[in-house]
Amino acid sequence: MSKVIVYPPTSMILSDLVERMGHKALVVPERVRELVTANDVQSPPLNVTPEEPKKGLRYAAVDVPSGVRGRMALIGPLIEEAEAAIIVEDPGWLTGCAGCSRTNELVRLLIRTKGIPVLDLSYPTDDAQAKLFVHKIKAFLGGLK
Amino acid sequence: MKVTKYVITSSESDILPSDIAMKIYGSKYDVSVKETCFGVMVNGEEEVVNALVKDIRALDPAGIFIKDRGFPPGDPRRCRGHRGGGARPGFYMIESESKMLPMISRALASSGEVFPIPEKKKKPLLPSRLEEIVKEGLS
Repeated sequence: MSKVIVYPPTSMILSDLVERMGHKALVVPERVRELVTANDVQSPPLNVTPEEPKKGLRYAAVDVPSGVRGRMALIGPLIEEAEAAIIVEDPGWLTGCAGCSRTNELVRLLIRTKGIPVLDLSYPTDDAQAKLFVHKIKAFLGGLK
Repeated sequence: MKVTKYVITSSESDILPSDIAMKIYGSKYDVSVKETCFGVMVNGEEEVVNALVKDIRALDPAGIFIKDRGFPPGDPRRCRGHRGGGARPGFYMIESESKMLPMISRALASSGEVFPIPEKKKKPLLPSRLEEIVKEGLS
């Protein structure tokens, strides 16, 4: 079983397909859960403390907007943990944790420079493309240890 | 550790969110469940929820999708009942991807051969066509 980071990191389709094939999908909701359900909420309501942007400093400089560093505090550790990656081209409707274009550029860059196996795809628009989409993901994940 | 998972059904699936909720109510698992328009949210201990979603997926392996959720169901920090209405940010992502679920379901269900789709290459603009555009623009 490999740890596979998916981009967009909040994707339902990608995380489901990865889990179906017996691998572990690294997704943002897991990190969010750790923060918001912790027993000691130090900074209500979301438990985002000044420590989070500091964690983000490992991935982005201090003059980078705090929104990027805050997001990287969640996504950065996932990239470090990842053993493989599936990247789906920006569909133009990313929202929430995945809604920052600069963070998304940085995430894709860090994944590519990490040197792990990467599968590049785009979202399907018809049945033939969907078949190929699923087939490529199956073949990619089947090749992982 | 308690976890929350979404169980989302494809719009072409024969299984309705209410069917899933009824199955969970009638099961041995100690979890809390909330029915939504696109599926259900299940909250409980990690091992219990994982075993349960495996059982639910068996109802329609190609038409049921599972997604992690950070906040527990009805959490006042995210529940629109406490925030004065409006969907939570994560809903828009689910809404957009839900439109693709029927295609993905059919792809998962089919075991046929997959033919590669030839990529459409953009042809370079011919100089004669460029001249026409320039003339049209200047006239």
